Amino acid sequence: MSDVHYYHGLAKSMMFTIVLVSFTPLMLITLIAGYQYSVAYKEKIVDHLREIVLKHDQSVDSYLEEKVAELQVLADVEGVLSFRNEESLVRLHSALVRRHGGDFVDLGLVNSKGIQVAYSGPFKLQEANYTEAEWFKAVKKRQVYVSDVFLGLRGVPHFIIALRLEADGQEWVLRTTLDFIAFNKLVEDIRIGETGMAFIINREGEFQTTPRRDMTAEVPFLRQLASGMHLNTGLVRGRATMVTAVNPSTGRDTIFVTSLIKNGDWLMVYQQDESDAFSALNQARNLATVVLLLGGIGIAVMAYLMSKRMARKVEMSDLEKEMMNEQVIETGKLASVGELAAGIAHEINNPVAIMVEEAGWIQDLLDEGLGVDDNNREVQRALTQIRNQGIRCKDITHKLLSFARKIDPTVKPVFLNELVQEIVDLCEQRSKFASVHIETSLSGSIPQVAASPSELQQVFLNLINNAIDAMEPGGGNLDIKTRNDDGMVMVSIEDTGCGIPKANLQRIFDPFFTTKAVGKGTGLGLSIIYGIVNKMGGEITVKSAVGKGSIFSIRLPTACSAGLEPEKDKPVGDPNSDSLV
Amino acid sequence: MSNEPIRVLLVDDEAGFVEVLQKRLGKRGLEITSAVSGTNALQVLRRGNFDVAILDLKMEDMDGIEVLQIFKKMDPEMPVIMLTGHGSEKAAQEGMANGAFDYLLKPCDLEDLIDKIRQAIAD
Repeated sequence: MSDVHYYHGLAKSMMFTIVLVSFTPLMLITLIAGYQYSVAYKEKIVDHLREIVLKHDQSVDSYLEEKVAELQVLADVEGVLSFRNEESLVRLHSALVRRHGGDFVDLGLVNSKGIQVAYSGPFKLQEANYTEAEWFKAVKKRQVYVSDVFLGLRGVPHFIIALRLEADGQEWVLRTTLDFIAFNKLVEDIRIGETGMAFIINREGEFQTTPRRDMTAEVPFLRQLASGMHLNTGLVRGRATMVTAVNPSTGRDTIFVTSLIKNGDWLMVYQQDESDAFSALNQARNLATVVLLLGGIGIAVMAYLMSKRMARKVEMSDLEKEMMNEQVIETGKLASVGELAAGIAHEINNPVAIMVEEAGWIQDLLDEGLGVDDNNREVQRALTQIRNQGIRCKDITHKLLSFARKIDPTVKPVFLNELVQEIVDLCEQRSKFASVHIETSLSGSIPQVAASPSELQQVFLNLINNAIDAMEPGGGNLDIKTRNDDGMVMVSIEDTGCGIPKANLQRIFDPFFTTKAVGKGTGLGLSIIYGIVNKMGGEITVKSAVGKGSIFSIRLPTACSAGLEPEKDKPVGDPNSDSLV
Repeated sequence: MSNEPIRVLLVDDEAGFVEVLQKRLGKRGLEITSAVSGTNALQVLRRGNFDVAILDLKMEDMDGIEVLQIFKKMDPEMPVIMLTGHGSEKAAQEGMANGAFDYLLKPCDLEDLIDKIRQAIAD
């Protein structure tokens, strides 16, 4: 089960890594490029808006200046007397109308008392009294005055250019009404996108042109904007200022580009919803978001599929490795069985030889006749001997078979002492011929260990075989001890053999490392042991002195610590004491 | 060839084997003296003369080769036939290198053994 979790975890971490590694740069690039693009694009749009406003600002100013200049030229050339004469005034007015379309609605001369003494135009304004008119008051102070748009006496929006003249020591004012519609067209034509529009307001926030839509809700806001004209808030003539604010009437973020005109009396305002002004940018942003999202989904799906496939491959290769390991262990086991074979053959050949001879002896006796001497009893004895030797053979083969059965890597609770004893019995014959005296000191108080019995058998068989090899040909002592060691169980196998040189000590657990002659050893034995012990969660160490011998110590985890239920069986050794068996 | 029985020293630590072989060879007119260990064999040889020795290669107390070498020092004329239960002939050949007359693998045919004994004496 934990394997399944492991591979799930592996797939998950691979997926997150792939997503992180591929999505992060994509995200960063999109964000950085998007930010740069939007800044550049916004700058471009804002510059464009400023330019438009400034251009129209200039055209409004030059429109007004042009009208004033024309009036001044007229005054300079014709003189006040020509304006006083009604006929000549009409002629001049019609000449203006002819050359300038309907821009100049009317033309009139007002005396210093504010009474219009001559008039040419569509309204009946002769003798009209302008004493209280704002423009009349203003022109007395200034030479030239251009009024705000107002309804005036006739009740239609218009504005006035008034020019103060002097003749014969008397002051006169030449005034003309300018067509509001023609003037309005100058700014009304500025239309960008769906919400972009321009208009002009005066210092009081009153509209000097007719906006494209009803803007009554915005008036307080515009008043506030206009009030800025009085303060020194950066509004400079010839420079457009941009602010972005929430438009109270629409509730949307709106760009206001403003510029002073008419010597600072009026404010040209261009306003556009931010979303409208930057619609192309928003579209690009939406597109980028969609691409990012699709890319992200693509990456996530790919990462999921890839990591799943990779994890499966890893799992397969782990399985293969495990199988290979098992095969290597199996092969190692066969090799160690091979080493035993010589001893086993001797052990079996001896009883077989006895049986063959006893059978021959029976034949001899039968040839002689059962009646002779006590041949009958001798045959009985021979048959008993044959049976006994047969049983001896069976014991040997059973012992061998129980060891040579297929390796089962399943970890279960194992009585270590029993297992050690089994292997010692198996090696008895070989040790006898090698003049090796095996002594076991098995502690009765050790708990069961968590291990695969068949693999553990191989470990001990290998170590004992090695130890006997090390003590050949002189023989020696082999001490096998088991004891408790800091929550684990320790088995030590100590021989009085030739020992291992220091240089080799580092490498003895390396695969294929062997000091035996070619064909004598695979060099896999100790590396297999190392692998088996490690796999069981144990550890193996070695101490050795050349000429004195070696000690291999194996520490194994207890069945309890591995979470296994100990088996109820009678262990070898005295369970009540730590006495040695 | 005289009619005196052939004196054979049979050395093997497998008592059952020695016992039955002694009976069978004895039945065939050979005079068998048995020893069930290396040291026992050396004592027996010290006490008497033998025409031929049959020697087990592996014994608990002494190695067969070791016994063979001592035999060769004590009685260089006595031929020694090695007997071994080992599957491999290598050990037996080692005995040949140390001056053994021949070797046989256990279990062996009794007639073969007697042939070898006769050959060893005739040689």
